[in-house]
Amino acid sequence: MSDAPVISAHNVWKLFGTDPEGYLAKMPQGRSYSDIQADGYIAGVKDVSVEVAKGEMLVIMGLSGSGKSTLVRCFSRLHEITGGTIEVDGQDIMALNEKQLIEMRRSKMGMVFQSFGLLPHRTVLENIAFPLEMRGQDKHDRRERALEVIKLVGLDGREDYFPRELSGGQQQRVGIARSLAIEPDIWFLDEPFSALDPLIRREMQDEFLRLQAMLNKTIVFITHDFDEALRLADRIAIMKDGAVEQCDTPDKIVLNPATPYVAKFTEEIDKARVVHAGTLARPDLAANGDPIPAGTTIHELARQLVDDDREALPVVSKDGVIIGGLDRRQALDILLGAA
Amino acid sequence: MALADQDQSTPVGPAGLSGSRVVQALLVAAIILTVLRPWLPDGLVRAPEWMLLPWRDWIDTVFQYVTFDLGFINVTRFLSGGLEFVLDAVANILYGRARWPRFEAVPWTVVASIAAVLGYALGGWRLALLTGATFVWAAVVGQWKWTMETLSVVFVAAPLGFLLGGLIGIWCWKSKRVEETVKPLLLVMQVLPFFSYLLPAVIFFKVGPTAATVATMAYSLPPMILMTTIGLKKVSPEVVEAGKMSGCTRWQMLRHVYIPSARSEILVGLNQVIMLCLAMVVLTAAIGMPGLGAKLLEAMGSFKLGRAFEIGVTIVLLAVVLDRLSKAWVVNLPEHFERGTPWWRRNIYLVIGVTLFIVFIGLSLMVSGMKPQPIEDAGFGNWFVGILDEVHRKEAMSQGKVYDRAIKDFLSLDAVTSVTGAIRYFVNVYILIPTERALLFVPTLAVIFAVTALAYRLGGKGPAILGFVFFCIVAQFGYWDRAMLTLHSVFMAVLLAVVLGAPLAIFASRSEKRAKRTILLCDTFQTFPSYVYLLPAIMLFGISPVTVILSILIYTMVPIVRYTLEGLRGVPPELTEAADMSGATRWQKLTQVQFPLAMPTIAVGVNQALVFAFFMVIIAEFIGTRDIGQEMRRTMAGTELGWNFVLGFSVVFMALTFDIAINAWAEKRRKLLGLA
Ligand SMILES: Nc1ncnc2c1ncn2[C@@H]1O[C@H](COP(=O)(O)OP(=O)(O)OP(=O)(O)O)[C@@H](O)[C@H]1O
Ligand SMILES: [Mg+2]
Repeated sequence: MSDAPVISAHNVWKLFGTDPEGYLAKMPQGRSYSDIQADGYIAGVKDVSVEVAKGEMLVIMGLSGSGKSTLVRCFSRLHEITGGTIEVDGQDIMALNEKQLIEMRRSKMGMVFQSFGLLPHRTVLENIAFPLEMRGQDKHDRRERALEVIKLVGLDGREDYFPRELSGGQQQRVGIARSLAIEPDIWFLDEPFSALDPLIRREMQDEFLRLQAMLNKTIVFITHDFDEALRLADRIAIMKDGAVEQCDTPDKIVLNPATPYVAKFTEEIDKARVVHAGTLARPDLAANGDPIPAGTTIHELARQLVDDDREALPVVSKDGVIIGGLDRRQALDILLGAA
Repeated sequence: MALADQDQSTPVGPAGLSGSRVVQALLVAAIILTVLRPWLPDGLVRAPEWMLLPWRDWIDTVFQYVTFDLGFINVTRFLSGGLEFVLDAVANILYGRARWPRFEAVPWTVVASIAAVLGYALGGWRLALLTGATFVWAAVVGQWKWTMETLSVVFVAAPLGFLLGGLIGIWCWKSKRVEETVKPLLLVMQVLPFFSYLLPAVIFFKVGPTAATVATMAYSLPPMILMTTIGLKKVSPEVVEAGKMSGCTRWQMLRHVYIPSARSEILVGLNQVIMLCLAMVVLTAAIGMPGLGAKLLEAMGSFKLGRAFEIGVTIVLLAVVLDRLSKAWVVNLPEHFERGTPWWRRNIYLVIGVTLFIVFIGLSLMVSGMKPQPIEDAGFGNWFVGILDEVHRKEAMSQGKVYDRAIKDFLSLDAVTSVTGAIRYFVNVYILIPTERALLFVPTLAVIFAVTALAYRLGGKGPAILGFVFFCIVAQFGYWDRAMLTLHSVFMAVLLAVVLGAPLAIFASRSEKRAKRTILLCDTFQTFPSYVYLLPAIMLFGISPVTVILSILIYTMVPIVRYTLEGLRGVPPELTEAADMSGATRWQKLTQVQFPLAMPTIAVGVNQALVFAFFMVIIAEFIGTRDIGQEMRRTMAGTELGWNFVLGFSVVFMALTFDIAINAWAEKRRKLLGLA
């Protein structure tokens, strides 16, 4: 991960209603979601500031209607935001003219839509080749590329089908393939695997992880599935009523929920599967003996934690450096639930 | 509509109270004026001479200025030249008119077989059969040339209307301002009498096919524009976003995302364009357009009922075929081919079409080689091949005379004449003449008040003010009596259509199967060009006022039955079941539950019936009316656009008053019932 964020959003607002700009300009500080609603506006995105670093996978979670899709649409300027600024690669996207915007989308961005957004009159192949066609790629090349990703998503043999001749999951894979075809630097994935069966879902997750690691892609990913989020996320943003309640690593979110809402949201999760030894390691805590790797979860260490009789265990990072000691009691509390 | 009117008096707020006062006051004023009429000064009975503004001259002046001083005529002459060229080329190919590209006429077998292949491609063998048979029929009864004359205009006017309507539709969708300007124009266009399209077409474009094409095309524009706009607006936002994220430019969005996604609506628009073009081109006989319309007019004029019947059949068949073909195209969504399907298999229809084309062209070339010999001596084989090229007059199997005899024999049966005579006498003497006299008796102002009251009752303040203004304009256009005669025919016919159509629809709604069949029948009837409806009326009642009413009646029954049926069927079953459980009788259920809920839909049907009636009553001029249609007919002889437009807009303003009021009512009612 490099330093300059790829996406950086500051105090972004997106209101729906008759005159959002006028309303926002006059709105007093500290209006809540329901206050705004009472005034006849819906706060799709409410004062959100987040940054996404290069090569990072940010997962957005939250209940239905909490504004996840809306936020992502703001990032890609499918929505004109009502207030705040969004920069992509240091460029204020609201300042782009039409031509520059098209250029940015063609060269950098890809998106998978929640309800697929397939063109009904085009075959699978033509749908997938569509973005390539729009940027004027040669017919032969784009066909070849499209066939490649069709194989990747396991739709070979259905190239000539029309969307309405496919099942929901197959349609979703066409949407995924369409965005894969162009290998964008920034990827917006709006519940991209929701209609897939667990097997294919896992395959797809692996594919995205591989791409991200290999090509250093930046991904904003929306999901309702916590396991998926944990598998994929570098950081998780939890949204409620248009606002981001907390945006942090999975470990920190489960360990230190910023708000009661986040606490409730993460209540059901088995913390031991989320929290890594590295997170708990305290530099001030001295420990001897065999070290444990920072990247293992408490759950994976369960047997050792129970069997071991040391107060503290040394934790070693990937590079072989001791980063601190793990308080065994604290880890056991996480594993077994606090007494 | 009495049914719903009763239970309607409840939902009136404080504003509505004063509203019903206004209605009462207006009605009372109208009644007082009518009662006092014998003692009223002339100026209060009809708009006095000095009040009539010289609209005719004004329009003519503007028209002169635009046409000659601004040189508009040069533009249209130029366009007309191009159009004529295209029309001539099509005419040359279809029926061998001696123009560029100077092919011989395509043999009828080629047209029929290609049409059949098209039918097969779009709708399977049934449609192929229907399509092929229609063209075979046209050839065999010896109407080939007329059919081709008519179709040559449709083939030019429909694509033009499609393109132009589509473009305007896109423009309306792009710009709110344009849409707001175009919408009222479309409303006017939809009720403007066809004669008001014909005269300008004749003046600006050459008489005959050129003017016919322009008028026809113009008339077909509104539905195309509306459907295009609707379709484009309905494209799913995620598809649009997917297009944007793919980096589409504006043009690419339109070309690759919007238009293909709005395919169904756009094709429905095309269907409407084609149907209107066919219906109108038949009517352009009035401006010297040859073809089926002219022949039908001729046959009806000289009371050759058999001939007229045959031509009517051809027109109806053509209408049904064109309708089915274009509708089949709407539902015919593309399907994938299995991998490795060979080229000829993917394009099978093209292959068959081209093959048939070559075969029949070859045969016809063979024939033209041996044409010089008289057909009788050519032997059967040659004769048969010759037939495939062209059906000559002598060989045509027209049974016109036979049908004519049969029809006339039937009509002169004592039983028939006494029945039709009795009906004619009764309707004329006891219904039409008294009501007509009464309407003419009522002072202009009283009519205006009554109409305003009606509009108020239906639509509220806005429609009432519009109605008042519109009728005042009609009054001071100076053709009041004729306007009232027109209104009289329209009202009587629609009233009868409701009286006869509603029970029919109720009956049909009782069983699913019957309902489906009735709707299919209505759909089919709706495709028939309006001229055709004159035919049975003339056959039964000859030339009389009853004929006019009857032809409008048949024409307007279709929307009445259709919408009533749809309204009744649209009532949610929970509600009728609830009524059943409350122990309602059939009649109670009908009047208390079904009709009130169906009323908004039925109102739309009545409205459509009124619009149709205003259209038909003008066409029926041909039977010899004394209303606006007859007067418009007279304008067609000259170039007095002002006169023509004043008459045309008299109809427009009357029709719009009802259109606006009824639609406002239906809208309000729908909201009230939560049908949205
Ligand atoms: N175009 C729009 N116009 C008006 N309101 C909108 C629009 N798009 C979204 N909203 C509102 O904004 C809020 C957030 O919607 P959004 O689609 O972002 O939810 P979400 O978090 O993606 O939910 P889900 O998980 O169901 O997809 C909702 O209340 C929605 O009604
Ligand atoms: Mg969403």
